[in-house]
Amino acid sequence: MSSQALHGGHKTPPQELPPEFQDQEESIKITGFWMFIVTDVLIFASLFATYAVFVNRIASGPTPAQVFQLNTALIETLILLTSSFTIGIAIWAMRQNRQRMVTWWMVLTVLLGMAFVSIELTEFAGDVAAGWGWHTSAFLSAFFLLVAAHGTHVTMGIIWAVALLFQLRKRGLTTVTRRKLYTFSLYWHFLDIMWVFIFTVVYLGGRLI
Amino acid sequence: MPALPSFVPYLIHTLFPPWVRRPTEIGAEIMMTAGGAFIVYWLLKNKKLQWLWNEWLTTVDHKKIGIMYLVAAIIMLGRGGLDALMLRTNLAMPTLHFINASEYNEVFTTHGTIMVFFMAMPLIFALFNVVVPLQIGSRDVAFPRLNAISFWLFAFAAALFNLSFVVGGSPNAGWTAYPPLTELAFNHTVGENYYFVSLLMTGIGTTITGINFLVTILRMRAPGMTFMKMPLFTWATLNTSVLILFAFPPLTIALLESLLDRVAGTTFFGLAHGGMPMMYVNLFWLFGHPEVYILVLPAFGVFSEVVATFSRKKLFGYPSMVLSMTAIMVLAYGTWVHHFFTMGAGPAVNVFFGLSTMLIAIPTGVKVFNWILTMWGGRLQFTTPMLYFLAMIPTFVIGGATGVMLGAVPADYQFHNSYFLVAHFHEVLIGGTVFGLLAGVYYWWPKMFGYKLNDHQGKWAFWLFAGGFWPTFIPQYWLGLEGMTRRMYTYPFGMGWHTLNVISTIGGFIMGAGFLVLVSNVLRSRLHREVDATGDPWDGRTLEWSIPSPAPEYNFAVIPTVDERDWWWEEKQRRQSGEKPAGPKPEDIRPIAIPKNTPVPILLGAAFFLGAFGLVFTWWPVALTGLAGVFGVLIYSWFQYDHYRILSAGEIRETEELLGRLGA
Repeated sequence: MSSQALHGGHKTPPQELPPEFQDQEESIKITGFWMFIVTDVLIFASLFATYAVFVNRIASGPTPAQVFQLNTALIETLILLTSSFTIGIAIWAMRQNRQRMVTWWMVLTVLLGMAFVSIELTEFAGDVAAGWGWHTSAFLSAFFLLVAAHGTHVTMGIIWAVALLFQLRKRGLTTVTRRKLYTFSLYWHFLDIMWVFIFTVVYLGGRLI
Repeated sequence: MPALPSFVPYLIHTLFPPWVRRPTEIGAEIMMTAGGAFIVYWLLKNKKLQWLWNEWLTTVDHKKIGIMYLVAAIIMLGRGGLDALMLRTNLAMPTLHFINASEYNEVFTTHGTIMVFFMAMPLIFALFNVVVPLQIGSRDVAFPRLNAISFWLFAFAAALFNLSFVVGGSPNAGWTAYPPLTELAFNHTVGENYYFVSLLMTGIGTTITGINFLVTILRMRAPGMTFMKMPLFTWATLNTSVLILFAFPPLTIALLESLLDRVAGTTFFGLAHGGMPMMYVNLFWLFGHPEVYILVLPAFGVFSEVVATFSRKKLFGYPSMVLSMTAIMVLAYGTWVHHFFTMGAGPAVNVFFGLSTMLIAIPTGVKVFNWILTMWGGRLQFTTPMLYFLAMIPTFVIGGATGVMLGAVPADYQFHNSYFLVAHFHEVLIGGTVFGLLAGVYYWWPKMFGYKLNDHQGKWAFWLFAGGFWPTFIPQYWLGLEGMTRRMYTYPFGMGWHTLNVISTIGGFIMGAGFLVLVSNVLRSRLHREVDATGDPWDGRTLEWSIPSPAPEYNFAVIPTVDERDWWWEEKQRRQSGEKPAGPKPEDIRPIAIPKNTPVPILLGAAFFLGAFGLVFTWWPVALTGLAGVFGVLIYSWFQYDHYRILSAGEIRETEELLGRLGA
């Protein structure tokens, strides 16, 4: 109603769309979120470019092969891929109007995200303890900034998801909370895809160099 | 006398080191404090604080945000212009050392940075905000609160950047801030921290604005307004928004990495530990070249509206205008290396970028010819905006032609970083962007405030500004060819550069006089305003002229259905012939949801400011407090659900009735 009033006689999306798209105003917000993802993709693109330029500039520091532990990275990958699956289930449940199911799958997603971040932090702490901080070489500066930028994004996502869970408990599945859940899932999938690139370019690529 | 606590001398030394305790800085400090105190006193005396908070500081109305951008941009134009006059004075009297070498470095840095990021960008956003929603028949932008957040991030970033002059010292590595000069090892004052932090802040705001206007134009046009029926200024905004979306992320990363080098010990762009300064230069110009078109496309949009209105003809070659603008937008991404041909990337790379640079001259030429052909056979009216348009044609053509000369790789090895380059980019940025934006300000002023700027005084300002422009910048081409490089604060008399420099300085002061007349034009037009009741003082062609000036907060009582390119022009004919009623019918008016005011944007800006200030001085507790504040405000705003208040149909009918707008 309010969005109809705000946007006047603009074309309303057809009813066969999923519920989060049916309200004009919420649908515009989803478009906006996609545009945000475009900018964030380019942020990561710039970070990847930096990494690609600096990967061989190790100064007196360690080589990529010395730094990376493929096992940990593989575990992180599996955790994050699983969380992409769980958020997918949560969105499916949202479209079935099953709020309890949404909550539990969201909680599981958050827990997986937390596990991912803590493994990453442990890995970083190990590197720093070995004397490989980001001041060591341009390669390590680029590596830490790229991977930590992703880790920071995941942390933000966790804070966002927890705030969303509170809103969900208070307000239930409304037009607005549905849209918020949906944009969160877009964000989470995006982070997952970025991690796939990091795993391929940084960790697997590091083996080849 | 009791001993001072130890942090007091530390604070004095950090905040006011010797290089900000010079007479100029102390004078500026006294003036800023006195000015601020006077404003607060005036607000308190007239009990205006509540009004200021309710009407302006917490507003999310795009029209008011546009006006705030405009005010900030004009103030920044004054500051940046003052910097320019200081530089010019020094060069006219090269032996007097009116300002010394290190001050000169600071002044050319702040001049460039302020003019690009804190004058041109907000002036562009002022026009976007005021015009675009009205031109596409919308009630607001897609995300009104994000729009206010963009503004406050810009405003606080501008305040932070200007603070550097009196607290801690200004940045001094040029507006491009190339490493390794910006690295801590070579530049240990906080000046460059100010540069990186405030540009990061305003960059976030700009990115949000790009997203906002892109989505607004994609999703919120009036029914019937297809892409090829959009006014040209809206097209310019659309293209600019796409450019912003793609250009600002690389800048963000370049700034972030430089800042981390300075405050967190990374080694991206230093010379030790495998760092590489040229990576910064690439990232910076990946942003910097599209930025040039971010600055000039809106001016192209303004000119397209102005020339059609004051020739009383429809724009010549609309489809080719759209196509050429989009071509410029795409080509803008393929030219960034021409800023550093001398890096030595090799002939193949340089030739590619040289060719792509020259290619841009083609669509730009198409636009110039279309504008000229629009005037052909029209009934021309030489109003102030039209004069700026006419002045732009020769300046932009010459500036563009010298741009092609700079794009010729072997020649560029001679021109690089000489005054030839300085003359070129000032000629396109002032002759294109500033003329265009001033034309836009004069053209849309009645839509913003409900009265025109006095045309007579406006023409005085125009003749001084555009007349001073030629003697200022044309001699600089010759200075460049005679070997004078940019950013030099003095030169020996024997070089033979003195006469041309004196001419250039005199021209600069004439432009300064033009700016003063412009400010007085604004103030005097406000004092002696003649209210425009029609809402359409120029006999305009596009949607924004169909509603009263200033537009009511809901913009359109009934959203029109657009069936023509120059819809309002056609609609006026239909209304005169009695084919259509003279305004919206009372029974068509429905209740309208208006976004509520919110303190979130200004609080978010303030929290960012606190965190950024802490980051500048690497006071981590202050920086973290600011960060916590940012999260606090964000989380508070996530739990806000009730963003709208409803304006009833009765109230709207009353307003429209009062404005004499209701059709029978």
